[in-house]
Amino acid sequence: MAFDLETAEHPENLRRIAIDPISRVEGHGKITLLLDDDGHVHQARLHIVEFRGFEKFVQGRPYWEAPVMVQRLCGICPVSHQIAAAKALDHVVGATPPPSAEKMRRLMHYGQILQSHALHFFFLCSPDLLFGFDAEIDQRNIGAIVAQYPDVARQGIALRKWGQEAIRLTSGKRVHGTGAIPGGINKLLTAAERDFLLADADQMVAWSRDAVELVKKLVAANRVQFEQFGLFRSSLMSLVRADGALELYDGALRARSADGVLIFDGVSDQKYDTLIREEVKPWTYMKFPYLTQLGREEGWYKVGPLARVQNCDFISTPLAETERRSFTDACGDRLCHAPLAYHWTRMIEMLHAAELIRDLLDDPDLLAGERVGSGVRGHGGVGVIEAPRGTLIHQYEVGEDDLITMCNLIVSTTHNNQAMNEAVRQVARQYIDGQRITEALLNRIEVVIRAFDPCLSCATHALGKMPLIVELFDPAGNRVDRLVRNG
Amino acid sequence: MSGEGRPRWLVFGVGNPSRGDDALGPLFIERLEQWSAAIGKLPVELSMLTDFQWQIEHALDLIGVDVVLFVDASVSVAPPYEIGPLQPIFDATYSTHALSPACVLAVAEKLGQFMPQAWLLTISGERFELGAPLSPSSESYLESAVDYLRACIIAGMLEIRGPGDNATP
Repeated sequence: MAFDLETAEHPENLRRIAIDPISRVEGHGKITLLLDDDGHVHQARLHIVEFRGFEKFVQGRPYWEAPVMVQRLCGICPVSHQIAAAKALDHVVGATPPPSAEKMRRLMHYGQILQSHALHFFFLCSPDLLFGFDAEIDQRNIGAIVAQYPDVARQGIALRKWGQEAIRLTSGKRVHGTGAIPGGINKLLTAAERDFLLADADQMVAWSRDAVELVKKLVAANRVQFEQFGLFRSSLMSLVRADGALELYDGALRARSADGVLIFDGVSDQKYDTLIREEVKPWTYMKFPYLTQLGREEGWYKVGPLARVQNCDFISTPLAETERRSFTDACGDRLCHAPLAYHWTRMIEMLHAAELIRDLLDDPDLLAGERVGSGVRGHGGVGVIEAPRGTLIHQYEVGEDDLITMCNLIVSTTHNNQAMNEAVRQVARQYIDGQRITEALLNRIEVVIRAFDPCLSCATHALGKMPLIVELFDPAGNRVDRLVRNG
Repeated sequence: MSGEGRPRWLVFGVGNPSRGDDALGPLFIERLEQWSAAIGKLPVELSMLTDFQWQIEHALDLIGVDVVLFVDASVSVAPPYEIGPLQPIFDATYSTHALSPACVLAVAEKLGQFMPQAWLLTISGERFELGAPLSPSSESYLESAVDYLRACIIAGMLEIRGPGDNATP
């Protein structure tokens, strides 16, 4: 099926604008807008132009390789893939990870949430918020933040580094380490490693709190923009803990309608495929998941911080819970669907992760205990975690010969695919229709995508330079303008 | 300076161990770690780091450092290696996943950190394909570069070295 503005009736008569690739977004995406002679938007699409094929090339590999292999999906959140794969394969080795192993995985995962949220907000998105959408191009980058807001930059860089250190000490490397293995973990912390992280823990909690305050100030400074920019309504989905708390590592699936009504709750992650279907469209490599219960037209949804913070009943750490209440109070009685609210909720989650790490570091199970469990061998399993950008699902089937026979991955960006497309259409309607095409207007489209998720590489199942090329075509297909933005 | 009055040196090598001669940076650190563990107390307080690429947050690794030596493989240096001082340059790499070492320095400078004396050691490499082993020539260049730095550390000073000028200090 097609949504409003997804497919134009007569595209051959329209002007085509392509933003290719999108900058400050992980992986390569492209946006095309088809305009008529009066500059009205007739079609708006977010294309994912890379195809990575991990689901196919892990087939035939030994299952124990999967947690290491799938990390190569992404240079920003390799840990998420490692842990989701290990959780799925816990079912294959038939083991519940012992307490020490689960706590080490959690520490690694919280470090990942913290470093990724810091990267996302400070490195990729803060220029949009601190300098404004109309800022000159040389201001729209982390370099300008370093130059003009050195304290903000220093805190953002230090937060990311601390999260990466948590990853390094639990998995061996800041990027693409090991650690989580089927059935458990392959290392514990030493007392020295724990003390190294603890030394900065209180400072990181304080700086995370400052980051939430910064977002609140930015929201207060431009409330209308915050509430209206790219606004659309949708359902939302995430894991929650059994008692309703926000849960990042392990929980049951819960979804709410756009009005906040529960669609399902307490569903085991092993049954995700009864809840979600995926639709394929011919113009993009990325699939479009939807909630089976609501169907293709009504069943699309959001995941990630904005969904998690509003889907849960509370947050288990005190400072983050205070900020969650502040956020929900600001939204009134309704769920907030503003894309820019992702930044606010993302910083609340970063604070939550910092508190979790600080508290977990006092747990003696990190220093001693069984690393791997054992049990009755199975032939498949599902691993679901809340990755920084949203729900991440890994499913594997394994033969008697230990080789993987099937793999299905639904990554956060894929869950948000329809939502991001809808956001692009809303921004196109709000800012491009009938106006001259400028870089500032095009940047607004990128801003709304970045609010969701700057990580398109793993969604197609790379890192690279990120120049921006914008081409404008007349109705006859002739290129009439071209704009190049170097990365 | 360390509490014992010794200058703090950081040797920071980058590269992908799975990509042929790109492993020169990590291998350099590995050899240096083995040597420093065996030799005992040095005239400098030596620390070592390695990663796939330099990124913005590595600027924070320069805090408290008196001398930093960045180590990388390069196709554009004459064999076996070159070493020289490095100045901060805020170049276009700041927005990528692979900052130049000069840009890492520049980030540290913009953040208001104390600026260490900075050097860049580049070791000649020729093949960087995924899964390739270290080339035989680069293996010997690596040994030359490690020998050179060992001597520098014992002497407590770095010196510029270029093509045809590879005697130990």
